[in-house]
Amino acid sequence: MSATAPGRAAGLNPSAPNHRGRTGFWAATGIVAQREIMTRLRSKSFIISTAIMLVLIVGGIIFSAIGPALFDEDTTVATVAAIAPALQGLDGLDIDMLSTADAVRQAVQSGAADAGVVPGSGPSGLLVLADREAPSSLIQMLSVAPELELLDPNAPDPMLTYYIGIGFGIVFFMSAITFGQTIAQSVVEEKQSRIVEIMLAAVPARAILAGKVLGNSVLAFGQIVLIAAAVLVGGAITGSQLVLDGLGMPIVWFVVLFTVGFVMLAALYAAAAALVSRSEDLGTATSPLMMLIMIPYFAVIIFNNNPLALQIMSYVPFSAPVAVPMRVYLQSQAWWEPFLSLAILAAFTVLVIAFAAKVYERSLLKTGSMVKWKDALKG
Amino acid sequence: MLSIHAISRSFNGQRALHDVSFEVHDGLMTGFVGANGAGKTTAMRIILGVLAADSGEVHVDGRPITADNRAQFGYMPEERGLYPKMKVHEQLVYLARLHGMTAAAAGRRADALLEQLGLGERRHDTLESLSLGNQQRAQIAAALVHEPTALVLDEPFSGLDPMAVETTLEVLRDVARSGAPVLFSSHQLDVVERLCDSLIILAHGEVRAAGTREQIRAAHTRPEWVLETDDAGFVRGIGGVEVIEFDGGHVRFTAASDDAADRVLREAIERGSVRSFAPSIRPLNEIFQEVVR
Repeated sequence: MSATAPGRAAGLNPSAPNHRGRTGFWAATGIVAQREIMTRLRSKSFIISTAIMLVLIVGGIIFSAIGPALFDEDTTVATVAAIAPALQGLDGLDIDMLSTADAVRQAVQSGAADAGVVPGSGPSGLLVLADREAPSSLIQMLSVAPELELLDPNAPDPMLTYYIGIGFGIVFFMSAITFGQTIAQSVVEEKQSRIVEIMLAAVPARAILAGKVLGNSVLAFGQIVLIAAAVLVGGAITGSQLVLDGLGMPIVWFVVLFTVGFVMLAALYAAAAALVSRSEDLGTATSPLMMLIMIPYFAVIIFNNNPLALQIMSYVPFSAPVAVPMRVYLQSQAWWEPFLSLAILAAFTVLVIAFAAKVYERSLLKTGSMVKWKDALKG
Repeated sequence: MLSIHAISRSFNGQRALHDVSFEVHDGLMTGFVGANGAGKTTAMRIILGVLAADSGEVHVDGRPITADNRAQFGYMPEERGLYPKMKVHEQLVYLARLHGMTAAAAGRRADALLEQLGLGERRHDTLESLSLGNQQRAQIAAALVHEPTALVLDEPFSGLDPMAVETTLEVLRDVARSGAPVLFSSHQLDVVERLCDSLIILAHGEVRAAGTREQIRAAHTRPEWVLETDDAGFVRGIGGVEVIEFDGGHVRFTAASDDAADRVLREAIERGSVRSFAPSIRPLNEIFQEVVR
C-alpha cells in the first residue's frame, strides 16, 4: 500500500469528518419497521400460507353457498298408479311407478327405491314403506302442517352465531399468535446474535421496539384486511345476505379493534422475548401471552350466546377484539358501546407499551438464563 | 482522542470496573489486554453507551461524549452477531442507515468495503452461508460501513485464521492511519504486542499498566545487561552494579546507569575476550504476568 493514500481504501477522511449525528427516533423506527416488513414479505412460507388461507376462506364461503345444492339428491319413491298423482308435484322426489303394492314393497326392500307409498288403511289413506328409518322429509310432505307464525324471524341463528364466534376467534387467535411469535423471534434473534449491541450504540432501544411493533402491526393489519376483504368478496360473489348485511359492520369493528389490540400484544411479545437469550427459551417466556390470547378465543366459543359474558368481554382489552364484533353482529348493545370498548383498549394499549418498553430496554443486554419480569422492571 | 475518566461499574454488588482511566489517541492502535473477566467488555460497552457507568466519564476530544459521537463509532461486540438469514450487503446497508447514512451512500460504501475485504462475490449471499472466516470479515465490514470516526473492537482477532488476521489488520491500520482512534481488546498478549502502538493492561477491573511497549517496559523493569566472557566474577566488584545471575562466564546484572554498564564492558575487554554483551530485554509477557497478579 502506498504511503500517499493511507486510509483511502477504508474510506475514512479525517479532514472532512462526517457530521451526520444520531439518527432521529422516528427515522430509526422507520428503518427498523421497513426491515421487519421486507423480511416477512420476502419469506416464501409467509406468502404461501397467506395465499392458502385466503383461498380457503373464499372457497369456504362459495362452497357454503352452492355446496348443499351439489349434494342434494332426489329421493326415489316407488308407488302405484293410484297414488302417483298425489306425489307428483312434490319437490325433490323421483317417482317410480310400479304395477302392484307388492312390487313397491320389493323395490324398497331391494334398495331400488328409497321409500315406497302404497294405499293404506289409516285416516290418510297412505302407507309409507321404508327400510329402517322413517323418511322424515317425505312424511312431512305428505302430512298436514299446522299454521305457523314466526314472532322474530330475523333473530340470529344460534348455530350461525356459534360459527361466527369461532370464525372471529380463529382469525384473532391465528393472526395474533403468528405475528406475536414473529416479533418474538426477531427480538431474540437480535439478542442472541448480539447485533442488538451494534444497534443500541447507534439508536435508542425504544426506537428498535417501536420499529418492530410498527412493522409487525402493519403486516398483521394487512393480513386481517385481506381476510376481511376475502370474506366480503366471497359474500358478494355468492350474493350471501348473511355476509353482506349481517357481517359487514362486525368485520369493520373486528379490523379496527384487532389492529389496536395487536399493537398491545406485539409490544408484550417483544418484551417477553427480550427476557430470554436463546430462541429455545422463547416458549417459556411467551406462554403467559399465549394464555392471554387463547382465553378470549375459547370464551367467545363458549359464551357466544351469553349476552352478559360477551358484554364483560367487550370491556376487557384482551377479549374486546373478539367480543365487540360478536355483540355488533347480535345487535345486543347500544351504538356507543363499541366506541367505549375501543377507548378502553386504546388507553390500555398505551399503558402496556410503556410497560413493555421498560422491560425491553432493561432486559436487552442481560444474557444467560431468563430474566424475571419483576427484575426487568427493577432494572 | 477518546479519554476514559475514573469509570466504575458493579453488577449486583460485584465490582467489574474500579476507577478505570485511560486514553485512546487519534491515529494509534491501542490494545486492551487482560484475562477473561478482567472488565474489557464492560469498559467497551460503557464507551459505546450500551451500558451505563456507575460513575466516571467518557470524553471525546475533551468534551463529554454524546449520542451523536457514539452513533459515529464503529463497534464490534465480543460475541459476533449479524442477522444469519439476511444477505451480507443488505445488512451492511441496514446498519449504515441506522447510523444515519442515506440508503444510496450506504450501498456504495458497502460495495467498496466488501470488495476490499474480498467478499465482493459473496455480497448477495446470506451470512449463514459464508465460512466462519468470511462471516468474521463481514463483521469487520459492519463495524466500518458507516465511516466511523473511532473504532472499538472487542476481540477482533479471536477465531481468525492467519490470513484473515492480516486482512483485518490491514483494514484497521488504514483506519488508524486516517487519524481515527482504534481500540481493540484481546486476551492474547502476543497478538497485541505485535499489532499495537499502545497498550492498556487490565486486571480485576483495574488498569495495571498503560502506554507504549517501551513505556511499559521502562516502567516495569530495571535495565539489565547480560555479559558472556571467560570469567565474569569481577563484575561483583564494580560500583553501581548488582549481579542477578552468575555462572562462571555468564552474568546478568542491573546497573544504576548506562555509564556503570559501560564500565563493566570496558573492564571485561581488558580482562579477556567478550563473547557477548547486550541489554537484556524483558519479554512483555513476563511483565504482564507480573502486573495482572
